[in-house]
Amino acid sequence: MKPKGKGNQLSSPAETSAAPVVDATRDAMVVAIRGTLGAAVVDSMVKPGDDIWVRVSTESWRNSIQKLKDVHGFDYFCFLSAIDWLPSPFGRGEDDPSEPAPERDSTIRPGYTGGDTRMQLLVRIVNSETHLGINVKADVPNDSYTIESISNVFAGANWHEREAHEMFGIGFTGHPDLRNMYLPTDFEGFPMRKDFPLLARMVKPWPGIVDVEPLPGGDATEEESAS
Amino acid sequence: MTILNDPVSAKLGNRQQLSYIASQAADARLNVELETEGMTLNIGPQHPATHGTLRIIARLDGEQVVWAEPSCGYMHRGYEKLTEVRTFPQVTTLVNRIDWLGSFANEVPFILAAEKLMGVEAPPRAQWIRTILFELSRIANVSLFLGDLGVQLGAITPVFLAFRDREYVLNLIESATGGRFHPNFDRIGGLKDDLPAGWIDETKVVMKKLRNFCDEIETLLFGNEIFQSRTRGIGVIPRDVALQYGLSGANLRASGVDWDLRRDQDIALAYNKVDFKVWTHPDGDSFARCWIRLQETREATLIVDKLLDGIPSGPVMAKVPKIIKVPEGEAWVSTENPLGEMGYYVVSRGDLGPFRVKIRSASFNNISITPWLLRGVYVPDIITILASLYFILGDIDR
Repeated sequence: MKPKGKGNQLSSPAETSAAPVVDATRDAMVVAIRGTLGAAVVDSMVKPGDDIWVRVSTESWRNSIQKLKDVHGFDYFCFLSAIDWLPSPFGRGEDDPSEPAPERDSTIRPGYTGGDTRMQLLVRIVNSETHLGINVKADVPNDSYTIESISNVFAGANWHEREAHEMFGIGFTGHPDLRNMYLPTDFEGFPMRKDFPLLARMVKPWPGIVDVEPLPGGDATEEESAS
Repeated sequence: MTILNDPVSAKLGNRQQLSYIASQAADARLNVELETEGMTLNIGPQHPATHGTLRIIARLDGEQVVWAEPSCGYMHRGYEKLTEVRTFPQVTTLVNRIDWLGSFANEVPFILAAEKLMGVEAPPRAQWIRTILFELSRIANVSLFLGDLGVQLGAITPVFLAFRDREYVLNLIESATGGRFHPNFDRIGGLKDDLPAGWIDETKVVMKKLRNFCDEIETLLFGNEIFQSRTRGIGVIPRDVALQYGLSGANLRASGVDWDLRRDQDIALAYNKVDFKVWTHPDGDSFARCWIRLQETREATLIVDKLLDGIPSGPVMAKVPKIIKVPEGEAWVSTENPLGEMGYYVVSRGDLGPFRVKIRSASFNNISITPWLLRGVYVPDIITILASLYFILGDIDR
């Protein structure tokens, strides 16, 4: 691909139109949450006009969710899942299998509101009256990969925790029934962990990068109809 | 035996639910007196009522279900893992196949999440066309539900009407996008193409046909006494249980929660440009869920009509680079899909493809209530309840 300086310019009406810089509702909510949960809140973040992220400590996970539900009215359970922050040792599955794999950066870099561990749990709950949603994160300890279950706070978390258990290998203490949801019972490994290889890509690398290369004979007008 | 730990079932206030529970309890007492031997009934994975390959294991006491648990995973395709080795524009091909009856609607929230991270907004014309196609896929999806509902309850005719009239909508989607089931039409920054000539007039004619179809189904099916007696008061979900399990879409609104993501969130689609009614029902039973879907299909045809009148002119594609790199960040976008709330939590690392995508599909939450809901119901009601919850297997297993 020829380097084209112009092609990297983004036209974004969202940025030029008056994007809200301060979000009074969400800021007030974060202050109120900090007041209720106290030291349990490790970090929080507000993107004005978009969303709230709150990270709570591992020990207070279940209690925090319970308080958010009871005190702040976050009574709608949206989803629960985990994020593995380890960069994949296999890259994007585009390596040539006949060559040795290239060196890759393996430093763990967490996302919004930070984090100290490889695995993080993420739950989204919403207030059904005000329709204000909140993303709550918690670190999952590196040695045990175990955290308290919230299935007795939100009954809907039951299946989501089962999914996180089989896909990420996270244990949930107090969960009534951690059977596999999708995988066969004798399956070994945790498919959604980054160090679990995608076998189809190990056998034959995906020529994904080819798809976005410019067509031969392409000219400047191509940029107008970029896909 | 698993008993879900739900603190809410103790405070059920619904009179209908109480009378149903009372009749169930009476039968249970009879079962104890007659000493019925327990048996395990296996429904599926190849049963017409399972919309694919869902398997229900039910332990019965006489005619009543003592314990029931769906067994998923017969169609798990691992889309969350696959997205990690695709580029952003390639992901729409995957997510098309989650809810295969309303494919276009699956693409929209993912594209919106990517656009949110990039700070790009589609031009107004693209937003309007997106909204129209979104509603058309809702109509295609839910009209099939309305026909299929009759089949599952023993009425054959509605499904023929549904397949006949859904064809018109699929033809429209095909003529605009090129794909009947998997359009793959949405792009980061807009749409692949503009609408073909004459499409708007044709759509208006089809919307009229679809409204006639809704009237037909309403009199044929919803006015039918057998249909009513099989659905009224069956599978009642109270409001707080529905919220706690994260039910969404018509299932939530049938429990009296007035919440529609088309109206209640600020999103880059054209819903705030038109007036429409959000239907709710206080009963929370199977009839209410089906009735809401019928009303929503009719409402969707009206939304399409109103949107068609006001499509702004202009380009359908914003200027985006040819090689799309999404800046680092996290974004959550959900929309009101035909089955309920469908959302994507996208984590990007400034790379060509996403670092992690959590796909929150509506059916997974909607069906997770079944162990609670099926406890104590009679065997024929299992089919009614599953039909009225309305799930698509691809949407559960992903």
